[in-house]
Amino acid sequence: MNEIFSLSNLKEGETATVKKLRSTGSMRRRLQDIGLIEGTRVECLQKSPSGDPIAFLIRGAVIALRSEDSCNVVMSEN
Amino acid sequence: MGLTAKSTGIKLIEGSLDIEKETPNDKVIALAGNPNVGKSTVFNALTGMNQHTGNWPGKTVTSAQGKCTFNKTNYIMVDIPGTYSLMAHSAEEEVARDFICFGNPDAIIVVCDATCLERNMNLVLQTIEISDHVIVCVNLMDEAKKKHIYIDFGSLQKDLGVPVVGISARSGKGLGELMQAVEELNNETFINPIKIKYISPIEEAIAILEPAVKEKLGDKLSSRWVSLKLIDSDDSLMSSIKKYLGFDITKDEAIAKKIFEARAHLKECGINEDTLNDKIASCLVITAEGICADAVSFESEKYNSRDRKIDRILTSKWSGYPIMILLLIFIFYLTITGANYPSEIIANVLFKFQDVLLEFFKSLHIPNWITDMVVMGVYRVLAWVVSVMLPPMAIFFPLFTLLEDVGYLPRIAFNLDRHFKKANACGKQALTMCMGFGCNAAGIVGCRIIDSPRERLIATITNNFVPCNGRFPTLIAIITMFFASSVALPFQSFISTLILTGVIVLGIIMTFLISTLLSVTILKGVPSSFTLELPPYRKPQIGKVIVRSIFDRTLFVLGRAAVVAAPAGLIIWIMANVKVGGISLLLHCSQFLDPFAKLLGLDGVILIAFILGFPANEIVVPIIIMAYMATGSIVDLQDLTQLRTLLVNNGWTWLTAVCTMLFSLMHWPCSTTCLTIKKETQSLKWTAISFAIPTVVGMLICFLVASTARIFGLV
Repeated sequence: MNEIFSLSNLKEGETATVKKLRSTGSMRRRLQDIGLIEGTRVECLQKSPSGDPIAFLIRGAVIALRSEDSCNVVMSEN
Repeated sequence: MGLTAKSTGIKLIEGSLDIEKETPNDKVIALAGNPNVGKSTVFNALTGMNQHTGNWPGKTVTSAQGKCTFNKTNYIMVDIPGTYSLMAHSAEEEVARDFICFGNPDAIIVVCDATCLERNMNLVLQTIEISDHVIVCVNLMDEAKKKHIYIDFGSLQKDLGVPVVGISARSGKGLGELMQAVEELNNETFINPIKIKYISPIEEAIAILEPAVKEKLGDKLSSRWVSLKLIDSDDSLMSSIKKYLGFDITKDEAIAKKIFEARAHLKECGINEDTLNDKIASCLVITAEGICADAVSFESEKYNSRDRKIDRILTSKWSGYPIMILLLIFIFYLTITGANYPSEIIANVLFKFQDVLLEFFKSLHIPNWITDMVVMGVYRVLAWVVSVMLPPMAIFFPLFTLLEDVGYLPRIAFNLDRHFKKANACGKQALTMCMGFGCNAAGIVGCRIIDSPRERLIATITNNFVPCNGRFPTLIAIITMFFASSVALPFQSFISTLILTGVIVLGIIMTFLISTLLSVTILKGVPSSFTLELPPYRKPQIGKVIVRSIFDRTLFVLGRAAVVAAPAGLIIWIMANVKVGGISLLLHCSQFLDPFAKLLGLDGVILIAFILGFPANEIVVPIIIMAYMATGSIVDLQDLTQLRTLLVNNGWTWLTAVCTMLFSLMHWPCSTTCLTIKKETQSLKWTAISFAIPTVVGMLICFLVASTARIFGLV
């Protein structure tokens, strides 16, 4: 079972692996700069008080992403 | 004599950094690094300078330079903006990349965060690709130790092929070794910088192009790196290279032909323009991953659990907002309560000294009018600025710096981003607003951390709605005099705090309103995407922060008082004493402005004070006092009650107080801020708009409040 879903759907405390980036342009590069490439493990840490943005643990750093950006990151469970 | 960049042979691109060498033997050292890795701390520790530091990404938005001497050699340290990458997606990245490429520094120190080495490695690798004078400085070793993260320097040095030094800049540990490494850089035998290996189609494409590039460039730039960028069509870099070399290398026939060949080869292998970029990025990330897998080990995966626990409290759904507001209230409360006592003491001392000064002038038989001008004009305004304005600043500023040092500010941006997004603005605007509390000019420079030019302009224009340190004391003084004095003593500070918080919240609401308004009118657009790093919490250096900010702040305010308040005092005194047609100039002016000012709920004197306060908001209240005293009713002003009497005698009501506070919150930015806006936006138009918007909004609101109160007969 290897379902795919978007990073914005990852629940707090869960970890998954990046399958593909659907973002384009500067956001795509920005995500790559912070180490978000195919195969990177990402943990969802916590939502902000209003539910968006969400903080993720990416390669040892805590990075907050808005849902419209994180929904463009395709994840799979392992 | 300062030699210019040109005369020392350092050729830089226009608009980037100019380096001033004292002697041609001075060495230029660039400090690069990710945002928020303590680069500024390293810089300060090495140069003994006081570049303001804080625990949030993007603190260094301008490049600072400082000197440092080690073993009789002078080094010029250049603190370049923190970036995650050198691929130039933003203004800072462009500055950083251009300095590393074309600034010709003798060494580049890439500062890394030991607690997050892998993420930092991306920049290290990109820098090594460009230059072979790289030293890797792993900072925050103390934090890493606390989190039980271990770094094998031998392995790191071997894998990277450049010197690696571990330091704890805050305690100064390892700085000697770092400078030693800089000194020995050119004699090191082991230096053999890692060559990032890309997948074979890319390597083959580079091989096609590189000989042609090398022939054209010689040793000026790394031909391998330039070739890669040419294939990748990095326009921003190409335009910088064009400026540097003075010709466009993509126009060179031989090179253009090879680029075409190289790209064709990639296409054959199934790599097009879009995927090429991804492949390059992946190769860097994977190389970084490999290096760190060799060198970094930790006892437990959960080394960040304490930070997560704190985050769960500070940014949770239930407690995130209340804690934010309570913290704000708490800081204001401390400021107001704490400022009362020193204010009184300083005022007593300074006004006693005024009598001494008067006696002294008398004993020298100096004409009365000069004595009057110097003592009543210049000295009094100075004394007011120092006694009323300084204490709140000296308390607020360190408190705020502590919050910054701990790492709370990015959490504010995290909490509030959604609201900024609704206003079609960027969450990082919360950071620039926070900086505005200290100084609006600083807040506007800080707007550089916002990538989108549209959102940056919004943040710039609205920054003035956050009252700066120079305006706080005005607000506090008026609140204390008019609103808190009717309450029993123990609650006075509390009531003042609540009202002040209300004023700040109004400023914040106005920021959102105006931001939204701008986004649907002259700055139309949708919010752009962004990433916000939430750095680890760090133990604040309480002692250092307090000493530094009080000291810096005190000197700064005293300096400004001398430069701005004294002449303003003089002008007011002259205006009050030079008579035309039997009436003083001051009265002429205030009478002229009076009808208009009355519409705003103010009076002519207050409006003049705001106008004369253009160079510095700190002097508005002192000017008002001076002006009233000069027009007759001389009172011995030793505390706020007497001041209140003076104001009331001059026709102040609660409405005047409210309108003065509103106008203080919303009027034109001070001259320093205006100049900064001009410098940052490079546009007179946006400076004028930034000047006009708060002014018009403030006048409108004051007018509405005053008219409403009058219509309903509340005054």
